[in-house]
Amino acid sequence: MQLARVIGTVVATVKSPGLEGIRLLIVQPLDGHRQPTGSAVVAADAVHMAGPGELVYVVAAREAAQALPEPFVPVDHAVVGIVDAVEPVGGRGRR
Amino acid sequence: MKLARVVETVVSTINAPVFDGRRLLRCDLLDPDGEPAGGYLIAVDTVGAGAGEIVLLLDEGNSARQILGVAQGPVRTLVVGIVDEVALG
Repeated sequence: MQLARVIGTVVATVKSPGLEGIRLLIVQPLDGHRQPTGSAVVAADAVHMAGPGELVYVVAAREAAQALPEPFVPVDHAVVGIVDAVEPVGGRGRR
Repeated sequence: MKLARVVETVVSTINAPVFDGRRLLRCDLLDPDGEPAGGYLIAVDTVGAGAGEIVLLLDEGNSARQILGVAQGPVRTLVVGIVDEVALG
């Protein structure tokens, strides 16, 4: 998964079957310093409440479709979490 | 699998259900010499890795779901080991 910033939304009336009702967002991938890297992509919103300006994490490739109710849909990026904070790792968390 | 160094944690409350209660680590990818290879991955921790540790990342969805014991979920990358030593040659 990668960090990304939501920078827009996409509305498409004509979509492949299985994508009805799926919100589409434009997300800009970020590097480790939270700076834009690479091209923005269109991602399905699997958390149903991500909006422009928010820091999110995005899963790519086949796993993106696994985020949606119908797992065999043509989706290659999905927003799967809204980031509250990115923090230093606190100590050793060995279970 | 990939070598990476644990850098920081990603905290979220609104996320896909498969991430509920899981620890997410942002890990910088390394080359075999331990130098940053460019790029990073956010991975689900399964071993309790700590700050700065070199870890093994599994980056394949079916294996990841099998290890987490979930039939479906948008998860692909796991921390599956803590590296003690890398010997080259």
